[in-house]
Amino acid sequence: MLRFILRRILQAIPVLIIIATLTFFMVRLAPGKPFDAEKATTPEIRARLEAHYGLDKPLLQQYFSYMGNLVKGDFGPSFKYANRSVNELIAASFPVSLELGAYAMCIALMLGLLAGVIASLKPNSPTDYVPMSMAMVGICLPTFVMGPLLILVFGLTLGWFNTSGWFFPSDRVLPALTLGGYYAAYTARLARGGMLEIMHQDFIRTARAKGASEKRVVLRHALKGGLLPVVSFIGPAIAGLVSGSFVVEMIFQIPGLGRYFVTSALNRDYAMVMGTVIFFAVLILVMNLIVDIVLVWLNPKLRFD
Amino acid sequence: MKQLLLIAIAMLAITGCGKRETRVEQGNRDQILHLGNGTEPQDLDPHIVTGVPEHHLITALLEGLVGLDPKDLRPVPGGAERWETSADGTVYTFYLRKNAKWSNGDPVTAHDFLNSFKRILTPSLASEYAYMLYVAKNAEAYNTGKLADFSEVGFKVLDDHTLQVQLNNPTPYFLSLLNHYSWYPVHLPTVEKHGPVHERGNRWTRPENFVGNGPFILDKWRENQIIIVKKSPTYWNADIVRLKEIHFYPIDSDDTEERAFRSGQLHVTQTVPLPKIDVYKREKPDLLRIDTYLGCYYYRVNVTKPPLDNKEVRRALAMAIDRENIVKHITKAGQIPAHHFTPPGTAGYTAEARIPMDVDAAKKLLAEAGYPDGKGLPTIEILYNTSEGHKVIAEAIQQMWKKNLNIDVQLVNQEWKVYLDSQKQLNYQICRAGWIGDYPDPNSFLDMWLTGGGNNQTGWSNSEYDQLIREASRAADPQKRMEIFQKAEAILLDEAPVIPIYFYTRNFLIQPSVKGWHPNILDHHPYQHVHLEAAKK
Repeated sequence: MLRFILRRILQAIPVLIIIATLTFFMVRLAPGKPFDAEKATTPEIRARLEAHYGLDKPLLQQYFSYMGNLVKGDFGPSFKYANRSVNELIAASFPVSLELGAYAMCIALMLGLLAGVIASLKPNSPTDYVPMSMAMVGICLPTFVMGPLLILVFGLTLGWFNTSGWFFPSDRVLPALTLGGYYAAYTARLARGGMLEIMHQDFIRTARAKGASEKRVVLRHALKGGLLPVVSFIGPAIAGLVSGSFVVEMIFQIPGLGRYFVTSALNRDYAMVMGTVIFFAVLILVMNLIVDIVLVWLNPKLRFD
Repeated sequence: MKQLLLIAIAMLAITGCGKRETRVEQGNRDQILHLGNGTEPQDLDPHIVTGVPEHHLITALLEGLVGLDPKDLRPVPGGAERWETSADGTVYTFYLRKNAKWSNGDPVTAHDFLNSFKRILTPSLASEYAYMLYVAKNAEAYNTGKLADFSEVGFKVLDDHTLQVQLNNPTPYFLSLLNHYSWYPVHLPTVEKHGPVHERGNRWTRPENFVGNGPFILDKWRENQIIIVKKSPTYWNADIVRLKEIHFYPIDSDDTEERAFRSGQLHVTQTVPLPKIDVYKREKPDLLRIDTYLGCYYYRVNVTKPPLDNKEVRRALAMAIDRENIVKHITKAGQIPAHHFTPPGTAGYTAEARIPMDVDAAKKLLAEAGYPDGKGLPTIEILYNTSEGHKVIAEAIQQMWKKNLNIDVQLVNQEWKVYLDSQKQLNYQICRAGWIGDYPDPNSFLDMWLTGGGNNQTGWSNSEYDQLIREASRAADPQKRMEIFQKAEAILLDEAPVIPIYFYTRNFLIQPSVKGWHPNILDHHPYQHVHLEAAKK
């Protein structure tokens, strides 16, 4: 297993270099420059501004000096937020997204697994249709509808929660529901599918024939295998969740990381674009590695090679 | 099950009756103002930033030489208690208050101002607003690196509390200019302590480091969440400051901001979502404020490419727009139809020249240009940055030009930075634009159209116009100066490299408890004059 992990880490390095290289050149090729503004400053000032961030140097030289800093883990200063570095911005916002993502993931797993497993036990019955149609609605309702809807009911009408902000523990509830609800719906559908497949396998029949109770069959024999599709899904999903959601952060005014994925591109804040993309890439690679390890553990047919 | 239902009903009843005290109600009691502030500030360094949310923060934390009257924006004593002007209007002498202090207790001196001016003009800082100081003698030369000796720049310290500024020309709007944050002082010893003084990336603006001379001091700064400023005990005029704290919330989404306002979390918002304007007008007109604003929404015309290199065609297009209709049915928030470019009443100036709405004359002009009834005229493209608001206006104009002139128009939208780039490269035919004056003077609207000006971006050039604008900058007699502007704007409108559409308004929501938030065209609200007063129950 250690060899497996080491190999995967070694494989990840070229992937990261390719991602960083592509992003580096792509943002610079995009039309529009970091210091374009509606009110143009003088050409001299602009030139000096670009020189300060090294944008006057030949592209290749910029690239190598960036990669040099990257190896040291330094993403450089943000172009937009003059007194902060990209590292600081990520360090300040990632914990918020991580916290929100963790709540959302808990909600997604609890609701999703429960609904999916229940639905799979009696397929094509009311206990299947009700949770599955709810899941369908959950998938179809995008967060930008779900969020304002929850705010309208629980924030504005009932007054139970603040409509936005990230100050009190109660401020976590609505965003976590909005974000978690969406993933719960997916999880439910995947869990149902996985369970249905497993329940038709021979070893389940064997377990039943041996007189195992239905509860034991489901929890002890079926669940582990039935969750395989869910596990493959939640790996990248966790990476997506903990790196924040632009939409949810905007709706609830949450100081998370998700907003930077969008705003940094819009601002042509090259350093911030690079920082967020590379950070996210690392997150995905790590999560995928964990998922692969868990999958082997869950499915004895797989091996580390 | 029944029990659960009962509990749920009970909970509803409890929350329904005993409503929690809202942030606004709490604020009214404790003099804490909660403001929506648009977006996260770039920084709080007045020599670095360029935006409006930054302005709202910096005016709380720092004070320039002069202040503004909250009602009519007249320059009033600020850091300087009085000033004198030389007879020819080119030398200003400021007498600083002896009791003005920085928040660390140091006195505010003329050296602080001088060194601050030096800092913003130093080339290596690459301050984007450095050109605001170009009215001072040799400031431009120093900033562009042509002059190395700062003592030749028109700033002089006469003694610790007297500062002299030598201008290139008599500049009637100079005192209003001083209210722009680029002219604000910073505490140099503090700046020095936290990084290179004349380079970007200094950390002195962190709450634990910040030293200011304004009515408030920086207390907390949590990115994308909140900035809290507290009343400064060292401010020279602290007696009149009634607010204890101001909380600035960077809320990007206008819908989120409106919901926060509706649920009692904000006293004042930055804006109102367009669809909500009608609702507030109908249901809660006392919470909605629509103030005129020093800005113009207009279309730029690229005059370097046919057929729009033809003045008649441009005039015809400009005359075939029903601006009243746009304002009444699309923008709907009290905007004024713009038949000229400088907003009416800017420093007492209203353009006499007009671009009328006259379809017959427009048709005639188009025929004269060789396109009778729009025949032979290629399809014209209107470029706008992606936004629903710009789109509906462009669609309306598309229809008007089709109906009135039989011209085919195509709409093109681009993402913000791409659109800015297209504009700069003159890679468009007609594009939407907006201009907000930096200071209340026609010059802020007219000198941008000088040949080759950075904000011209139309390719338009007119030597007579250039000469008039230069003449105006030297004119000492205010009345003569306004006459020159009249002539210049008449040329601009006649040549029509710009098609003005409407003058902006600032639309926002405000709780009745906020007092001293006076309407003015710059949307400046000096916080020392603001306080909260809850209605008596």
